[in-house]
Amino acid sequence: MVARAPYWKTLTEPLIRQNPVTLQILGLCSALAVTTTLATALTMSVSLTIVVTLSCGIISLIRRHIPDTIRMIVQIVIIAAMVIVIDQFLQAYFAEISRALSVYVWLITTNCVVMARTETYASHNPPLPSMVDGFGYGLGYSLILMILGGLRELFGKGELFGAQVLPLADQGGWFTPLSLMLLAPSGFFLLGGMVWAIRSIRPEQAEAPEHTPPARMEPAQ
Amino acid sequence: MSDAWNLFLLAAFVDNMPLTLFLGLCTFLALSRRTESAIGLGVAMTFVLGVSVPLNHLIYQAVLAPGAWAWAGRPELDLSYLALIAFIGVIAAIVQLLEMVLDRYFPRIHAAFGVFLPLLTVQCVILGGSLFMVERSYNFAQSAVFGFGSGVGFFVAVVMLSAIRVRLAYADLPAGLRGLGIAFVLTGLMSLGFASFTQMAAAQ
Repeated sequence: MVARAPYWKTLTEPLIRQNPVTLQILGLCSALAVTTTLATALTMSVSLTIVVTLSCGIISLIRRHIPDTIRMIVQIVIIAAMVIVIDQFLQAYFAEISRALSVYVWLITTNCVVMARTETYASHNPPLPSMVDGFGYGLGYSLILMILGGLRELFGKGELFGAQVLPLADQGGWFTPLSLMLLAPSGFFLLGGMVWAIRSIRPEQAEAPEHTPPARMEPAQ
Repeated sequence: MSDAWNLFLLAAFVDNMPLTLFLGLCTFLALSRRTESAIGLGVAMTFVLGVSVPLNHLIYQAVLAPGAWAWAGRPELDLSYLALIAFIGVIAAIVQLLEMVLDRYFPRIHAAFGVFLPLLTVQCVILGGSLFMVERSYNFAQSAVFGFGSGVGFFVAVVMLSAIRVRLAYADLPAGLRGLGIAFVLTGLMSLGFASFTQMAAAQ
């Protein structure tokens, strides 16, 4: 069982240290758009994790047969096929959530997390590590989505998974819902705050200032 | 005429792609550090959206929509689930074609666009534009206006954000907030501003 340690590392690395959303700025579109409730965030996380794991596996299996010049097209077609399967499945069994997600399930195709993993990892590595890597990145992405979705649903509606957690003011409780939490800007603010928090805990992730101010002149005596 | 203008305003400001619908944020944030790259991205985006949405509309109506094969005696055929692969193929082809034409006839514009063109193939805004066109069942003229309007909206947003970020060079930010963190907060504030367009549209 020598090989277990690197697999474990590949799996846990993307959770915080190499998180696709907060460090690599990948896959933001869906991360913000579907997180108004936990249920949609969970569906999106599961769909993305399945798509990224399977497409990493498939692309890694045929990596020696893909000509280099058309490799992007091949990857996109494989990913799109996975997404179509997932979308049809959601429409069949979770029609309501599928409607709430609208076009965002389809947009997993162009989600940079998937492309980045197939392009940088799966096209150079054997299937099993590639799938573990894809699964790890799927989990890292899901982690951010669940935190965002939980915060926005809890403070926006006082609910978690559609069940009332905080008693609402207009029903005799004490909690006044913050409807801003359900609107677009709060997604940006929350994610900005999370990036700040993670980078304060792990200062090595902080970006260097782009411009260094000119050295201050000593006032002439 | 006024309908088209309304649709243009709706696509460009009320349903602004990056700020209201969260589409295309990856490039939106990554390429807004400098104003020149933001302008290049915005122009390329407007062009590709303006061409690909109407073209995808034609393909969808002619080949994929339910009942499109009625003339061949197969009215029950519904290929709309293949739309995703078809749209991606069309977008990739347009981007490739555009790159070759620019490279051959307008090398200076090609050099200015630089790396942004191939990136546009995997841009959620462009695929999203085509998908919204199907979901809201626009006709041909409407989809052209919608595509162009979305591109203009993206252009305005990305240039504004880059103009603010350039000025941030003089701000003394906490280390953790530098770069990505402050970009999110700024985008949130801009998104708050664009939310007022939604209110104006709702008030009408």
